[in-house]
Amino acid sequence: MTALQAWLDTPSVTIVAVGALVGVAATLLGTFLVLRRESMLSDAISHSVLLGIVGAYLLTGTLDTPLHVVGAALAGLATVVLTDLLVRSRRVKQDAAIGLVFPALFAAAVLLINVYARDVHLDADAVLLGEIAFAWLDVVRVGELEVARSLLTMLVVTAVNLAFVTLLYKELKLSTFDPALAVALGLRPGLIGLALLSLLSVTAVGAFDAVGAILFVAFVIVPPTAAYLLTDRLWRMLAYGSAIAVASSVIGYRVAVALDVSIGGSMASVTGAFLFLALAFGPRHGLIARALRRRAPQPPPAAAGAGTAAVPTAAREGVDTRTPAPALITTGGGR
Amino acid sequence: MDIIALLGDFTVRSVALGAALVGLVAGALGSFALLRRQSLLGDTLSHAALPGIALGFLVSGSRSLTPILAGALISGALAALLVLLLTRTTRIKDDAALGVSLSLFFAVGTVLLTYAQRQVGAAQAGLDAFLFGQAAAVLPADLTLIGGVGVAALLALALLWKEFKAVTFDADFARSLGLPVLALEALLTLLIAVAVVIGLQLVGVILMVALIVAPAAAARQWTRRLEGMVALAAAFGALAGVAGALVSASARGLATGPVIVLAASALVLASLIAAPERGLAWQAARSWARRRALGSHRVLVDLLRLGQDHRDPAYASEQGMLDTYFGGPTGHVLRRLRRRGLVERVEHMPEEGAHWVLTPAGRSQARELQAPFGGRPERDEGATR
Repeated sequence: MTALQAWLDTPSVTIVAVGALVGVAATLLGTFLVLRRESMLSDAISHSVLLGIVGAYLLTGTLDTPLHVVGAALAGLATVVLTDLLVRSRRVKQDAAIGLVFPALFAAAVLLINVYARDVHLDADAVLLGEIAFAWLDVVRVGELEVARSLLTMLVVTAVNLAFVTLLYKELKLSTFDPALAVALGLRPGLIGLALLSLLSVTAVGAFDAVGAILFVAFVIVPPTAAYLLTDRLWRMLAYGSAIAVASSVIGYRVAVALDVSIGGSMASVTGAFLFLALAFGPRHGLIARALRRRAPQPPPAAAGAGTAAVPTAAREGVDTRTPAPALITTGGGR
Repeated sequence: MDIIALLGDFTVRSVALGAALVGLVAGALGSFALLRRQSLLGDTLSHAALPGIALGFLVSGSRSLTPILAGALISGALAALLVLLLTRTTRIKDDAALGVSLSLFFAVGTVLLTYAQRQVGAAQAGLDAFLFGQAAAVLPADLTLIGGVGVAALLALALLWKEFKAVTFDADFARSLGLPVLALEALLTLLIAVAVVIGLQLVGVILMVALIVAPAAAARQWTRRLEGMVALAAAFGALAGVAGALVSASARGLATGPVIVLAASALVLASLIAAPERGLAWQAARSWARRRALGSHRVLVDLLRLGQDHRDPAYASEQGMLDTYFGGPTGHVLRRLRRRGLVERVEHMPEEGAHWVLTPAGRSQARELQAPFGGRPERDEGATR
């Protein structure tokens, strides 16, 4: 117990652990977002969540309530629903709808802070950029242990996300790759998508303290994108992405300490380094592998078209063939 | 302070002028971004300006705007290039490519920003203003620069108008004309980046995307022609800019960028509702009128066919029966038709309620309505079927 407490008392351990948890929690959800071609919704949500936080603050007068999470989830959902409404009115296209909704909500939040919340510890800069460096100062007691509050929050959030992804793995997979089939089988891909985005909003709030809104977007999009270049299988994409997120936290922290710069920014930058590594050295989709393949003579039924090899791979690994082969390339259809 | 007094103030006037110009350029070039479905590229470009701002500041060692804007433009262009590289050479889709580029450039930007803050100490205060924009931080020399660059961008747009139009609406056609499509697309993206960059000081990196998308989206509702759309978007952008600058100057502590964005969003909402033809209110009114006309037509034809089926052109139809045919109460429809002189109410048997007959005008209109659906010829009326 005392050894664990000593470990928890080490600031660097807390900081790296919080960063890694943010990374894993974000990657678990981000993988599906990237595959559904809705990556930019994470950018929109991470901005408009601020309105939920400000709203909860104005209602309760304090920043330490669970209402926070509710407000954030509502604001995130509002972003999605409003975007959807605009697209359905067929007056603007989806990209423009996203670009219209979240700046409006975010601008409203910033002005509310300007007007009503001048003197509290809720400034937009902090929300945008985060301050993971002080994560270890704010502790809560759990039994006999003193745990940093953000570490505890992110532990819970990561556990919830992990449970969501493992329990609804089949449903998520199907509604991501073949929404039409999902509907035909009686699933509700739209509902699953909304649940995904609500969890993303909640995760964003948890991540605010740590890395800030926009760097959170890096953790949502970049590790899954790097993993997407490394594998064609969904569970591997989740695993590789999470590993990249954890490694980025560790390395990013070291770099930030060495250069004395923003820790969150440094962690997010390192995810980019992993992306470029994957881009260069990815086994099938990497630039080098592709250049080599182009030079080498092709065996006739070769898997030159990316993804066509997914079915034999599935068969080789004895995957339950009743589920559709997860050729990641097939559909990107959203809700 | 009221608006008139504000306009007398030199600083406020020049800031309003700057904001108008920024909105004008952003609206005009944003129209192309919107039509090319590159709205979110504006988001990436504006976030990606952050490392350039920090670098420009670090390299020049001062807060003068020229190196900062140059840095922002270069990093924006690099971000756009990264998006292009990722989507063209890998299987990464464009949404992920935009997100990757946005978040990575912003991450590097925050790293550089903290580095710059440590290097130069207190002077960095000015750099934070670039996050949300601060009209108060704008100097007259900055306005000259913003104005000069903005006018140059508009001039380029005017000179290459036909080429940009062709590339935007039909790239294949443009290629068949022998136009350098890729170069034109790159130039257009660069001009959009210029529009983003000159707004950074007033609107900030986070919200600049709104000034690219919102005026164009609002203008799109009012017109189908590119010329009109660009002109209107420029006007909307200028309007939002001026409104934002004045409101934020009149109330203490309001950041300029968010006010400008909310003004532009209000314009979008108003346009979505009220714009002729495309507006939602217009459409609702149109479909209401159509439903109304359809109701009248159905009741007229029902009356005619009841007469035909009873071999009696003057057959008095019971209102309850008309309700049954109609599938709901017809009272308001019949009263409307009577006002137009197409039906008449007749007393049949008092205990049986209201009865209605067609007037001659009503009968001829009902026959016209019936004709396309195989209406019976005139002479058959009243005869055996």
